[in-house]
Amino acid sequence: MVRRRLKAVLLVGLMAGAWLPAMASGDERPQRVVSMNLCTDQLAMLVADEGQLISVSALAQDSRNSTMAEAARQYPPNHGRAEEIHQLAPDLVITGRFNAGPTVSMLQRLGIPVAVFDPATSLEDVRDNLQQMGEVLGRPAQAARLIADFDQRLAMLQQPVVHPPRAALYFPNGYTRGDQTLLGDIVRAAGFRNVATGEDVQFGGHLPLESLVMAEPDVLITGSRHDARSRSEAILRHPAVERAAAWEVAHELVTSDWVCGTPQALSAVERIGALRGQLMGAP
Amino acid sequence: MRVALWLSPLVLGLFLASLVIGPATIGPGESLVALVGEPGTPLALVMQEIRLPRALLAVLVGGSLGLAGAALQGYLRNPLAEPGLLGISGSAALGAVLAIQTGLASIMPLGLPLAALTGALVGVVLISLLAGTRGGSLSLILAGIAISALASALVSLVLNLSPSPFATSEIVFWMMGSLADRSMEHVWLALPFIVVGMTMLLALGRPLDALTLGEDAAEALGQRLLRVRVLLILGAALVVGASTAVAGTIGFVGLVVPHVLRPLVGAMPGRLLPASALGGAAMVLLADILVRVILPEADLKLGVVTAIIGAPLFLHLIYQTRRELE
Repeated sequence: MVRRRLKAVLLVGLMAGAWLPAMASGDERPQRVVSMNLCTDQLAMLVADEGQLISVSALAQDSRNSTMAEAARQYPPNHGRAEEIHQLAPDLVITGRFNAGPTVSMLQRLGIPVAVFDPATSLEDVRDNLQQMGEVLGRPAQAARLIADFDQRLAMLQQPVVHPPRAALYFPNGYTRGDQTLLGDIVRAAGFRNVATGEDVQFGGHLPLESLVMAEPDVLITGSRHDARSRSEAILRHPAVERAAAWEVAHELVTSDWVCGTPQALSAVERIGALRGQLMGAP
Repeated sequence: MRVALWLSPLVLGLFLASLVIGPATIGPGESLVALVGEPGTPLALVMQEIRLPRALLAVLVGGSLGLAGAALQGYLRNPLAEPGLLGISGSAALGAVLAIQTGLASIMPLGLPLAALTGALVGVVLISLLAGTRGGSLSLILAGIAISALASALVSLVLNLSPSPFATSEIVFWMMGSLADRSMEHVWLALPFIVVGMTMLLALGRPLDALTLGEDAAEALGQRLLRVRVLLILGAALVVGASTAVAGTIGFVGLVVPHVLRPLVGAMPGRLLPASALGGAAMVLLADILVRVILPEADLKLGVVTAIIGAPLFLHLIYQTRRELE
C-alpha cells in the first residue's frame, strides 16, 4: 500500500513543474480540483474543503452507482474528456488507475498535474485511499478524522465467527468475486467464507453455473433485483441459481455500496453481517 | 441416407460427451445416473438443469443452422449462402435485443422468439429481394454484408443506448453466440419454432432437387416456385430466429456443414438437407465441447470456435468462386 501511495505522489511530483505556480502563490493546497472517476469523486467530496473541488464525473450523480449522488449534483459534471477538463483550468486532476490512459497523458502534456488512485481491493485500501486523498488535497486532518470514524465502525461490525457459513457471490453474466476484491473483503468482514476461494477465483472472475451449484454454498448473495431488461441479468433467474444455496438467495447488495472503496462499504458489511446473524439465528 | 446413418451415431456420441464434459469434474457414469436420478441433489441439479438444456440446445441450434444453410444454398444455388453470412442471424439478433431492451421479453414469454423470428424474416426477405434467385455470388454476398453490418451496428447502438451496465458483454454475446448456462426454459421457448421451421425446410427436398435443373425446368416438373419460396423464407426465419433468440449469432455452421457433406450425398440438395441438419448438430455440439475444454474458466464464446473452423473454409470457397468467375 505504501508503494502504491508513493507511486501516486511520484506522479504528482513529476508534474511539479506545472504545480509550482500554485505552490509559489503561498497556498500549498490545490485550489481547483477536478475528479474524473466515480470512486475518486466520492473520496474527494468527503475530504475536500469547501470550494476546493470544482467538478466531479457525471457517473457520481447517478444514484445507482454513487452513494453520494445528491451531493454530487452540487458540482458541475464532467465526462472524463481531456478537452472539457482543460477548459475547467484545474490545478489538479484526480482519477482512477483504470480511467482512460490517453486522457491522462493528454492532460499531463497540457501541463496539468494528475494524481492517480488505485481502486480499492480491500477495506484496508479504503483507509489508504482516504489518506492519499488527504495528502493530495492538502487536507490530512480531515482524512484522519474520516479514517478514525471508519476504523471505529469497522471494529464494531467485525466480530469473530466460529463456523463462518459459506457464501457465494453471484452477479450478472455469472461473475463472482474472490477474496482479493473489495466485495470479497466486505463479505469476509461480515463473517462469511467465500466459496470463490475454493474455485480458485481470487479476483473477479467468471464462475460457471455448475461450479456454483457443486460448491453447495449456504447462501448466495447477489445484487438487488433489476427489471431484467438485459440478457446478462437473466442468468440470475436460472432455476439452478434459485436452488443452488442451501439456505437462501439474498438480494442484499446495492451496487453503489461496494463498487467504490468509500466508507460507505461499511454499510454493506453491516447489512451482510445482519443477514448472517439472521441465518445463523434461525433454526 | 447412408450419410445420415453414420451421422446419427456421431451426433448421439457428441450429445453424450456434451453431457459428461463440464467445469465440474464428475465421473461420466455418475453424471448419467444423476441425469435420470432423483432431483434435489446438487449433481442432479447440474445434470438436469444445466447440462441437459445445453446439450439439447446445441442439437437444436446446430441442426437449425446446418439445415437453413443447406436449404438457402440449394434455393439460391450458391455455395456461399449461410444464415450468419447473409445477415439473417444478425437481424434475428437485432429483433431479440429489441425485445429484451424494451421489456417485451419479460412481459410475454414468447416475446423473445417472436421478435427474433420477425427480425430473421425481415433479413430473409431482404436477402431474397436484393440478391434474387438468378443473382450471382457477388450480389448475394454484398447484400449479406450490408444487412449483417447494419444489423450488428443497430444491435450495438441499442445496447449502447440502454442503461444496462453490461452492454459490452451483451454485444459480444449477440455477435459470437454462446450456450453457457441456458435453462430448460430456453429449450421450450425455441423447440416449437424450430420443429415447425425444420418441417417446412425438410419438405423442400424434392423442389430443391428439381431447381438444380433451373427454374423453368422445375416448374415444368410441377414445382410451384412461389410455394417453395414461401416455405423457404418462413422455414429459415423460424429456425434461425428461434436459434438466435436463445444462443446468439453463431456463424459459419450453415456454410461449413453443407459444404463438407455435399460430395458425400452426391450433390443432391434434397439429400443434403437432413444430412446437414445432423452435421450442424454435430458441429455445434463439438464446438460447445471445445469451448469448455480449451478455456473452461474464460467463458469462451461459441462463435469464436465455429469461426476458427469456418473462416479458412470460407476463404477456400471465395478462392474457388473467384477462379470460376475468371
